[in-house]
Amino acid sequence: MKVESPEFQQRARDALANAGLQKALGNFKQGFPAKRAAAVAGLPEFERLRDVGRDIKNHTLAHLDFYLETFARNVERAGGKVHWCSTADDARATVLEICRRANARTVTKGKSMISEELGINAHLEAHGMEPVETDLGEYILQLRDEPPSHIIAPAFHLNREDWEASFRHSHTELPADREFGERRDILAEARARLRAKFLAADVGITGANFLIAETGSSVIVTNEGNGDLTQTLPRVHIALASIEKVVPTLEDTCTLLRLLARSATGQDMSVYTTFSTGSRRAGDLDGPEEYHVVLVDNGRSAMMGTEFQEMLRCIRCAACMNHCPVYGAVGGHSYGWVYPGPMGSVLTPTLVGVDKAGHLPNASTFCGRCESVCPVKIPLPKMMRHWREREFERHLSPPVARQALGLWAWFAKRPTMYRAATRAGTWLLRRLARGRGRFASLPLAGGWTAGRDLPAPQGGTFMAEYLRRKRGGA
Amino acid sequence: MSKDAILNAIRRGLRRGPLPADQRAMLESRLHAHPRHLVPSRAKGPRAELVSRFIANATREFATVARVPDMAAVPGAIADHLAANNLPTRFAMAPHPELFALPWDTRPMLKPEARRAEASDTVTLTHGFAGIAETGTLMLPGVPERPTTLNLLPEQAMVLLRASAIVGGFEDAWDQLRARHRDALTDGFMPRNVMFVTGPSRSADIEQTLELGAHGPRQLHILLVDDDAQAV
Repeated sequence: MKVESPEFQQRARDALANAGLQKALGNFKQGFPAKRAAAVAGLPEFERLRDVGRDIKNHTLAHLDFYLETFARNVERAGGKVHWCSTADDARATVLEICRRANARTVTKGKSMISEELGINAHLEAHGMEPVETDLGEYILQLRDEPPSHIIAPAFHLNREDWEASFRHSHTELPADREFGERRDILAEARARLRAKFLAADVGITGANFLIAETGSSVIVTNEGNGDLTQTLPRVHIALASIEKVVPTLEDTCTLLRLLARSATGQDMSVYTTFSTGSRRAGDLDGPEEYHVVLVDNGRSAMMGTEFQEMLRCIRCAACMNHCPVYGAVGGHSYGWVYPGPMGSVLTPTLVGVDKAGHLPNASTFCGRCESVCPVKIPLPKMMRHWREREFERHLSPPVARQALGLWAWFAKRPTMYRAATRAGTWLLRRLARGRGRFASLPLAGGWTAGRDLPAPQGGTFMAEYLRRKRGGA
Repeated sequence: MSKDAILNAIRRGLRRGPLPADQRAMLESRLHAHPRHLVPSRAKGPRAELVSRFIANATREFATVARVPDMAAVPGAIADHLAANNLPTRFAMAPHPELFALPWDTRPMLKPEARRAEASDTVTLTHGFAGIAETGTLMLPGVPERPTTLNLLPEQAMVLLRASAIVGGFEDAWDQLRARHRDALTDGFMPRNVMFVTGPSRSADIEQTLELGAHGPRQLHILLVDDDAQAV
């Protein structure tokens, strides 16, 4: 997928002015946090489970080489094949080769963010195959040739009118004057269309929420059942997964499942949680004859041992973006790549480079809600700060910002000067505000004040107040 | 080779070489013991409570549950359910011994066909390996006697579940499978496929509003046979 993160600022501005998107974001901000809160309230052990979840992931990462090898051995024992891929190119070539050997024409797909990251669809299309997204949200995005804007609700930015228009435009074999009275009519049309694709498919590609070392299983979690039809009906199943998806045992998985759905959609459990282990056994009446796991590194191993290692605990629940005021204002497309919101602001610079994605860790108010809801307690604000530091060290931030920071640092290192300057500034701003208490516009900061007022200082500087109170004045 | 490149990069990050034998042995024994973590209290309780919690949670997730006094009454309960919902009496049925053994002759208009499901099937019947009280979830292993397609392709999926097969939490369900299933290929307990199913298929992709019946069944009907004296 093309990296458009460098245009974050322009995209965010466009998003704020996009009425359709803002309407969808309105639904979104009401929905997810309330559902999560209700689900968490129903499980008194939830907070303690977050600690357990964090510890399971930390244990796994500390022994990642061992668990990956164990996983691979157990997949092969169950008649599957594991393909180790260092880069996105390796992974694309591997998937294509498996599809070619299966003489595939139609390839159905379950929702997979790693597939977006790798650009699997474009690669298959370029080689004459038809990839078909089967998750309802991903399906309409494929019709509209748009990327997902959220990692679990990929098309939440679209409203019902958009769905109807896209279906009328793409499903031309159906009567043009058919009615979509209810949302269920849209659903029924997609179901019928995709049923035919499921039956025609030669290969099914899914992602994986977890890989289980103990049993050699890949696990998918869905509500629609599309992932299961994708991995059950075709002759070949490919599970695409990045290396940090592995966990040791089924019991470890149980704990993470208790965290996942509650954090994601606010369900106690998603409708379908399916464990796939190898290929069809003797006597089985259904299931794929070939089972492949494409194990993708694509930048993850380079995070090991760095200040970003903890990001590899992420179970992709989306709670961080569901609770992020920045994401809630500008939506997912502004972030310009696969992973939006706070987890994307940490992961994207790691995977595509801070030179391209430096804006993302800067687009944070550091309110800390993301960390407070993360089911595996990833310190997302701390890691965004690491990126800001690296960006500064590598001279990637804009000259004006650097000069301003340099000026600030000069004063900050000279406390007497700093206090004198803030005292003078406070006095000046108070005088200029002339009792109005706020500034609707400021010279040199027109961009900042276009969206909000600057409150004028009330009373003295912090140090002045502090000394006054210390003397017992308060 | 990519495998070595990836493993070596991980080890470089961890600032160590391959794990020494004693540490490997420790990790092997963790895998072998597969210890449980914190199991929530909602996964525990007396039999009767677990059964009623299973029913309450499954119903909350939009499954329907019919309590049936014994196996002999199952064909009648199926006939009633199909009639009440205006559904066809011909259906695909899992080739499971307990389903074959049902007294189908008591309801001659029912036409169960023991096979996997096809896209044209409206109704299917399968056999539940376990029910999980903590979330109202069915555990459905994909084995020759329980083809996976039966869970996925119909509009109306029916599942026969013995009340005695209801357990508290996910871990208990895995313990049952570990104890009772043998996979000939791996000599382990994992079949090719295990599905945890909680209610009928759904999607909220259109305007964050829940609609039932996305790609899988629109309705999930659980025939709960009261074979557990402690739980009736």
